[in-house]
Amino acid sequence: MRMPTPDAEVLARRADIVSRLREIAPGEAVISDPAELKAYECDALTAYRQPPLVVCLPENTEQVAAMLRLCHEMRVPVVPRGAGTSLAGGSLPTADSVILGVSRMAEVLEIDLEDRFVRVQTGVTNLSVTGAVQDEGFFYAPDPSSQLACAIAGNIAMNSGGAHCLKYGVTTNNLLGVRMVTMQGEIIDLGGPHMTEGGYDLLGLICGSEGQLGVVTEAWLRVLPSPEGARPILFGFESSEIAGACVADIIREGVLPVALEFMDGPAIKVCEDFAKAGYPLDAQALLIVEVEGSEAEIASQLAAIRRIAERHGPIAIKESASPAESAAIWAGRKSAFGAMGRISDYMCLDGTIPIGELPGVLRRIEELSEQFGLRVANIFHAGDGNMHPLILFDANKPGDLETCEAFGAEILKLCVDVGGCLTGEHGVGVEKRDLMTHQFNPVDLAQQAAVKDVFDPLWLLNRGKVFPLEIFESRIAA
Amino acid sequence: MTKLAGASATLSPADEAEVAQAVKQAAADRTPLEIMGGGSRRGLGRPAQAGRTLSMAGLSGITLYEPGALTLVARSGTPLAEIETALAAERQMLSFEPMDHRPIYGLSEAGPTPTIGGVVAVGASGPRRVQAGACRDSLIGVRFVNGAGEAVSSGGRVMKNVTGYDLVKLMAGAFGELGVLTELSFKLSPRPEIAATLRLYRLEDARAVAAMTSALGSPFNVSAAAHAPATLDGEAVTLLRLEGFADSVAYRAGALRDRLAEFGEVEINDDPMDGAAVWSEVRDVAPFAGREGALWRIAVRPSRAAQLVAVISTHREALAYYDWGGGLIWLMTPEDDMAGARILRAESAKIGADAVLVRASDAVRAAAPTFPPQPEAVAALARGLKAKFDPYGVLNPGRMTP
Repeated sequence: MRMPTPDAEVLARRADIVSRLREIAPGEAVISDPAELKAYECDALTAYRQPPLVVCLPENTEQVAAMLRLCHEMRVPVVPRGAGTSLAGGSLPTADSVILGVSRMAEVLEIDLEDRFVRVQTGVTNLSVTGAVQDEGFFYAPDPSSQLACAIAGNIAMNSGGAHCLKYGVTTNNLLGVRMVTMQGEIIDLGGPHMTEGGYDLLGLICGSEGQLGVVTEAWLRVLPSPEGARPILFGFESSEIAGACVADIIREGVLPVALEFMDGPAIKVCEDFAKAGYPLDAQALLIVEVEGSEAEIASQLAAIRRIAERHGPIAIKESASPAESAAIWAGRKSAFGAMGRISDYMCLDGTIPIGELPGVLRRIEELSEQFGLRVANIFHAGDGNMHPLILFDANKPGDLETCEAFGAEILKLCVDVGGCLTGEHGVGVEKRDLMTHQFNPVDLAQQAAVKDVFDPLWLLNRGKVFPLEIFESRIAA
Repeated sequence: MTKLAGASATLSPADEAEVAQAVKQAAADRTPLEIMGGGSRRGLGRPAQAGRTLSMAGLSGITLYEPGALTLVARSGTPLAEIETALAAERQMLSFEPMDHRPIYGLSEAGPTPTIGGVVAVGASGPRRVQAGACRDSLIGVRFVNGAGEAVSSGGRVMKNVTGYDLVKLMAGAFGELGVLTELSFKLSPRPEIAATLRLYRLEDARAVAAMTSALGSPFNVSAAAHAPATLDGEAVTLLRLEGFADSVAYRAGALRDRLAEFGEVEINDDPMDGAAVWSEVRDVAPFAGREGALWRIAVRPSRAAQLVAVISTHREALAYYDWGGGLIWLMTPEDDMAGARILRAESAKIGADAVLVRASDAVRAAAPTFPPQPEAVAALARGLKAKFDPYGVLNPGRMTP
């Protein structure tokens, strides 16, 4: 994969850039030792690696602003970084770039449960936001699988989702405001501690812009009262078609579970081996349905869901009987990627499809699997159509990664062709940028690039991501 | 597009290609357009400075509705009522409960027809915003024609989509300044089986906000919370709504009544007629419909709402009620002295509230900014976007931004 050509002038001025950054933040905040830079050469998309020019770990928004001002003045590309857990290469550096990481800005600044928000520095992890308020009976809803490690900064950049967003929405629906530094070094607030009004929705534009429009250093997050209780139920089916029909029926009947997760046969086996969650190994499709409320509400909702599911002849039904069983059921699902990683190298895709297309898409993936000679396991947020096919490959086998990428591209194009999209929650990053032309026509992409022009006319922020490289190159030439 | 060629002041395209052609022509002539759905929300924002009207009424109809996927796509000129009827047949709904602006502007139901495009252009969100989010949160895809006359697509018909920048949010609430909306996609909600309204009486404003805060901070999934002070109707009443399956609503209503015992006796009413009537009054600002006076909509931290109303009332005559658990204040005040803009803006700014002037004479709206002022760095970004999306300044100029 090609990345933007490093600017030779920037490379030549490295010593000067480092010393001027150190004037802004002395000591350990500026990392230039090549051995230490290696730690920042990639994120969770480990197939691509490139150490940056220098890494900055500022302590506050003012330092971020001074650093961005300097980089803007010296025309140095900047790559913002949260916890480095992007699966799409969202914080992959270029050789001429300054990594601007928010990992040392990880404080919870304000907890206001009367107005139901928490203000944080964006280096905090997703899970620690809930951790800060759960004793008072509140939680932060978006729950990506990596929530123990991933930072709010990256959640905002990618508009992260999770298993429970069918009911609670994704990051953008739970984000009240941001403090952001523009590439020119200006500090601005968009939104704030309450539901704001007036002006264009720049907050909505920033969320999901993959660190290309500014560096978000603080955020006001909406927190919600925790439900009285929650309980999952499992259904095993003989085929994906049947499971897909069951999902559509559940939704149509007006029951809106908080989570509705799907796994196919290969995924069931791997997750069960790992988590011992009691998944039915003879099933070709598994649904995990979770509902919330009081004991009585949970019982009545689960009964309703059971009635609907039974119309589709499940071969296994298992309702969680204890908190430990519920935890095991979710541990199996949430550890799916890790469990898969134990048995093979894999690439995780993230396309979304209209849920009615599920059976046809799974059939086609199976055909492609045979054609490319690589195995696939499917995990799927069934309620909202967000698929996570995991393609298994062998990184040590020459050509396997390339075959895997070609296979992945076919699946994502298929998602678009049936009315869906390339990415539901991981972001485009470097991974999917060249497929953007499959989902968008040149006018659509030009309109998005025009937004980039407004915020960052020199395209210094997070180069080589989101847009096909030709668009980036034509814009900086202009 | 029969009227396009003539000198008529109204252009009536029949499809997106004709919209694009009309905008292209307007850009070439440098003739600004006022973009109009049904025309029921023209009183919002500032009067557009345009010589011609672009009517979107010709782009009408639901193009895709998948109840099993909770997804609906419709052309922007589709009457809201048509969409609501189609959704009701499948026991579904738009979760953000769009407000009908006609009552506050004195327009009758026989008058202008609200369209889905108008709902999105102004970002009309009702009482359920506290629970289910705003219009922009339900909107998952847009097609629009930019100011150069090019058709653009963003988002799509799936509810989880982070592919490319989110122009969907940007278009919602932009008052047509950045593009002419042609097609819109929504994620939907199941329509609740029943709703119950809980009432508390005779609470002072601050106490009422405290009661609403307690309710919204409970696990009982309150879907709306409003308060009308005694100044409005003689007796103060605080309203809380619970929705869902009958058993669940009954359970939660009881639990919430116990939780709120310190605020007084709670009356529970699950008569659907009562609920529909009272919440559409809250949604459509019925207390201030048919009355003389300028109308403000103020978004604020709930904990500071009562104090803001009290302070404004020391400066000038004002009547107010609260929605969104105190997060939204509807405030009516006489039109004199620019509808009190100076006081309202100054007091709002002190506590970070956003005051929007929703109803006033054209003269006042043309002279006073109807939207809260933005810091220069933010305003510059907004101007930059406007210049990129509408390079010839032909789309609703002045409607939002002077």
